[in-house]
Amino acid sequence: MTEKMETVLDVKDLKVEFDTPDGTVQAVKGVSFSVSRGETLAIVGESGSGKSQTMMGIMGLLAANGRVSGSARYAGEELVNAPLRVLNGVRGSKITMIFQEPMTSLDPLYRIGRQISEPLIHHKGMSKGDARARVLELLKLVGIPEPERRIDSYPHELSGGQRQRVMIAMALANDPDLLIADEPTTALDVTIQAQILRLLADLQKKFGMAIILITHDLGVVKHVADRVVVMRRGEIVEQGPRDDIFERPQADYTKMLLAAEPSGHKPPPPPGSPVILEGRNVTVDFAIGGGFLAGGTRTFRAVDDVSIRLEQGQTIGIVGESGSGKSTLGRALLKLLPSAGYVRFGQTEISKFDRAAMRPYRREMQLVFQDPYGSLSPRQTVGEIITEGLFVHEPQLSKAERDARAVAALKEVGLDPATRNRYPHEFSGGQRQRIAIARSMILKPKVVVLDEPTSALDRSVQRQVIELLRDLQEKHGLSYVFISHDLSVIRAISDHVIVMKDGKIVEQGDTEMIFDAPRADYTKTLIAAAFTH
Amino acid sequence: MIQFVLRRLLSAVPTIFVVVTISFFMMRFAPGGPFNLERPLAPQTMANVMKTYGLDQPLWKQYFTYLSNAAMGDFGPSFVYKDNTVAELIGKALPYSIELGLWALLVAVVGGVLLGTIAALRQNGWIDYTLMVIATIGVTVPNFVMGPVLTLIFAIMLSWLPAGSWGDGSFRFLVLPVLSLGLPQLAVFARLTRGSMIEALHTDHIRTARAYGLPPRVVVITHAMRGAMLPVLTYLGPCAAALLTGSAVVETIFAIPGVGRYFVLGSLNRDYTLVMGTVILIAVFVILFNLIVDILYGLLDPRVRHD
Amino acid sequence: MTEKTIATVAAAEMPPADERPSRSLSQLAWIRFRRNKAAMLGCLMLALIVLFSYVGPVFLKHGYDEVFPSYVTIAPSLSPRPDPETLKEVAENAAKRARVTLSSFEVENGTYTAVIAGSKPIDPRAVRYFDRANEFENTQVKETAADQLSMTLTGHVDQEYFLFGTDNNGRDLLARVMLGGQISIAVGVAASLVSLGIGVLYGATSGYIGGRVDNVMMRFVEILYSLPFIFLVVVLVVFFGRSITLIFIVIGAVQWLEMARIVRGQTLSLKRREFVGAAEALGLTDWQIIRRHIIPNTIGPVIVFVTSVVPQVMLLESFLSFLGLGVQAPLASWGTLIAEGARNIQSAYWQLIFPSVFFVLTLFSLNFIGDGLRDALDPKDR
Repeated sequence: MTEKMETVLDVKDLKVEFDTPDGTVQAVKGVSFSVSRGETLAIVGESGSGKSQTMMGIMGLLAANGRVSGSARYAGEELVNAPLRVLNGVRGSKITMIFQEPMTSLDPLYRIGRQISEPLIHHKGMSKGDARARVLELLKLVGIPEPERRIDSYPHELSGGQRQRVMIAMALANDPDLLIADEPTTALDVTIQAQILRLLADLQKKFGMAIILITHDLGVVKHVADRVVVMRRGEIVEQGPRDDIFERPQADYTKMLLAAEPSGHKPPPPPGSPVILEGRNVTVDFAIGGGFLAGGTRTFRAVDDVSIRLEQGQTIGIVGESGSGKSTLGRALLKLLPSAGYVRFGQTEISKFDRAAMRPYRREMQLVFQDPYGSLSPRQTVGEIITEGLFVHEPQLSKAERDARAVAALKEVGLDPATRNRYPHEFSGGQRQRIAIARSMILKPKVVVLDEPTSALDRSVQRQVIELLRDLQEKHGLSYVFISHDLSVIRAISDHVIVMKDGKIVEQGDTEMIFDAPRADYTKTLIAAAFTH
Repeated sequence: MIQFVLRRLLSAVPTIFVVVTISFFMMRFAPGGPFNLERPLAPQTMANVMKTYGLDQPLWKQYFTYLSNAAMGDFGPSFVYKDNTVAELIGKALPYSIELGLWALLVAVVGGVLLGTIAALRQNGWIDYTLMVIATIGVTVPNFVMGPVLTLIFAIMLSWLPAGSWGDGSFRFLVLPVLSLGLPQLAVFARLTRGSMIEALHTDHIRTARAYGLPPRVVVITHAMRGAMLPVLTYLGPCAAALLTGSAVVETIFAIPGVGRYFVLGSLNRDYTLVMGTVILIAVFVILFNLIVDILYGLLDPRVRHD
Repeated sequence: MTEKTIATVAAAEMPPADERPSRSLSQLAWIRFRRNKAAMLGCLMLALIVLFSYVGPVFLKHGYDEVFPSYVTIAPSLSPRPDPETLKEVAENAAKRARVTLSSFEVENGTYTAVIAGSKPIDPRAVRYFDRANEFENTQVKETAADQLSMTLTGHVDQEYFLFGTDNNGRDLLARVMLGGQISIAVGVAASLVSLGIGVLYGATSGYIGGRVDNVMMRFVEILYSLPFIFLVVVLVVFFGRSITLIFIVIGAVQWLEMARIVRGQTLSLKRREFVGAAEALGLTDWQIIRRHIIPNTIGPVIVFVTSVVPQVMLLESFLSFLGLGVQAPLASWGTLIAEGARNIQSAYWQLIFPSVFFVLTLFSLNFIGDGLRDALDPKDR
């Protein structure tokens, strides 16, 4: 048991700075913590908290304009600003890392077997044959099916989850003392997320290494961490054993983070509300491949015979993993994609409408996107962006009237109207999402399709946006189709939930029913993965 | 793979057909003809000459005759070099152009990639800045300035090297034309390599390689370089085709009897068949090199499939 | 949560943006561009060259087609021609013809002062012998010695400055280089505009319509690509004749291919951006989307590309001139001057050096400006 207390990495007063054209930016302002053998330390923080840069600084992996100072000792050896020889003695053998983006963290040009064996060959001096045998063993260990075949695969031939397993295999290759996992599951679907976290926990039990888990997701922390460090704006706000942090948080920021899990329920619409949007047997096919000379095209069925009825004032949550067809369905309902089947808005059948015929209806049927960075034109001011719809639908408005509407819309979404002459790049993610919402609300729509509107946002901001959406719904009697992969968000906002997989509806029902008594196996897996890890 | 090559070669046929058609008619609509000399020929002689070369036929008939002959590999006699067929002329000229082009290509690729990589590894250092200023000069100094200036310095002022002509084809005669042809391309390769190398060095998988303590040599050569070579390879196709089919300018400056020179002389003299022959040759080279580059690309990047 | 609490939360989120002045992306790009020393130097250099080419002739008394038969192929020099030594010889010859001897000769500020002496009294009409020489004008008797055996003459010296030397026809190379600049720069800019127009229209149409139309349009561009450029230009120039306007139309028509590809690529990627999707969801028409969203966002890359097209066009033009297909004498572009210089490289190196230096400096500046613009507009920087 004494071995369990052995400190693996001891960080003292670590600072990270970046030189930018606008001056020096302090990303990490002096943090101290340590991690012991067999322990999982979670570093939690929202984007910009400096949690990743702390570890990059220690490992000598900062961008060229970054500088690090302070101390980080591994087994008594100083790593901060250590010569490359010293660093390379530790990196990849004693301390290994896995990263957030399994899609890009592996070299696309080499077979995975070769990539995993590289640290073995360079640190242990293994022969190629021995290394290959060890790689096969590792691939089995991390649960890659058919390792003999997969060892010669290229990264692009693997799924995201499998790539992250490959990264883990590479990280374990040299029996490290410390594994640093930087948001290892953020880019993965919930069910895969749970598998990867379980794998990490199992491997830790088996080999007894220390793990530093960098994450923004408190749900993950709650289930795997022994101790927690909470970071904000480059500083440690609070650190301690997991239970202390979760049950007796000291710092206000930690309390706020813990409270930021979306909560609450939406009051259901009055019974007998009219159906405002209905889709029957909606099917969407995409053509894939097929160029000028490539011959016939194949089709891919993204949405397969889906029916949906949205009442006035109701929110239908559509939940599913990537590739389930949930976003495509949302766009098909708004006639932004060609689709087969029947769609009606109010009393009008719109399935056969072309773009020109749809135009008058557009103001009543709006769409909010996931990426608040991509959905605002970078060259327009906020005022221009949110009044754009008025040009189409109320061209008679004078400039002053439009401006007044912009002011009102910005106030409504909780932004300072004085900011309407600014450009999107001057706003944070949450503020941009508010701008995107204002752009829809200014038209006073009846139905809004929200496509992952909170997925790109930090938890605390997420909660505010959800509350804003609920308030707006109540005030204007809006109907929402809310698309998300995030079950906790779906639970907090929907009356009715549709679970989708591979373009089909797996299960649907009232929110309570789906979450408390799921019937389909897939729904059960999803819920288990999201709430218990 | 074989299927891919065959399909590509097949799709080249319509391209060459269009090239031939456009060139044929554009040239015929241009004023003047191969026999409009400064001292006009007697009308009777003119008629005879026109008849001999089939120029008295209607244009569409000439076109189809040319097309069917060319399809059989017969590119006709030259109108100006009267005792030679186009095939003979090009056959004689091509080895000069190819030898010159291969050397220039070697200089450009090896030198450019090397300098570009060094600059990328020293990004924003003085070596980088110096190399890139030199490369920018290289890109901006066209070969028709480079050639005469090199001649001025090394042949006239220093008398180290001969000022022109192929001579006995030995190294001494090759240096200046190869440099004039190769240096501007070297500069292009250097800039291209630097850019893609810097991009490659910032990728996530390079971060992975560094995080796993791989030696710098392995990080740079094995991981960064291979990815960085992909955009360079894309440029290699058109560049190789241009260099190997002879630069009209460099061959003119150094009086080298290559394809490029024939092309220029042919156009100026309205030597229809000779120009057509060189045009087809150049088009074939461009297509061939793009195909080779695509095959290499597939070998280098497993994400590209040729099936 | 009430509206008021939402507002306070949002205000708490607000970055200190209010303290800074609001800046659009183009303003930010401009600030970045101004910080780039190489690019600013390029701008300055280019401005100087443009001034030199277009305003320079106003201050130069020699026309570009003015021939000086007595000064054929002379080397560049800062001192006036003919130099005092030569003038003295001329004066001695004149004196000899007037049967007097030259005892002193000085040149200052375009006037000469000569003292002549004779064995018998000098006839004042001796000045005529001086005026007969090309180099002297308005010779007058300034002073006559009492014994009339010596006389001081003054007069204008017809001296010419040839800072860049002259060409084989005796034309001032400085004036020629200025003219060459005017034509090369004009061709560069005009042809780039032609390629810009065709390229943007073709590329945006192809990219925005997409599908089969896009396939066919791009296939056409591909075929044109495998046509040897040089050939196309040579044949077109031969066909159209050799006027400047036609040269730039021809070059522009050839150069639009790359532009079309770039604009198409931009359009395709913009079409996938969410803000275009948002505009569609708002009910904007195709034309409104192109005008309000596509075009403003393609401008950056297009500007960068144009700065690289201008030097390419100038290269192509001078390449044509080099092959003898460019503008015709007495007009000249830098390309034709360089070609002439290359032909006379053994005897008159300056004929190659001066136009080459200006040409290369221009291309060099354009390159730095292009690189600076690329860095300033680089979207990765956001």
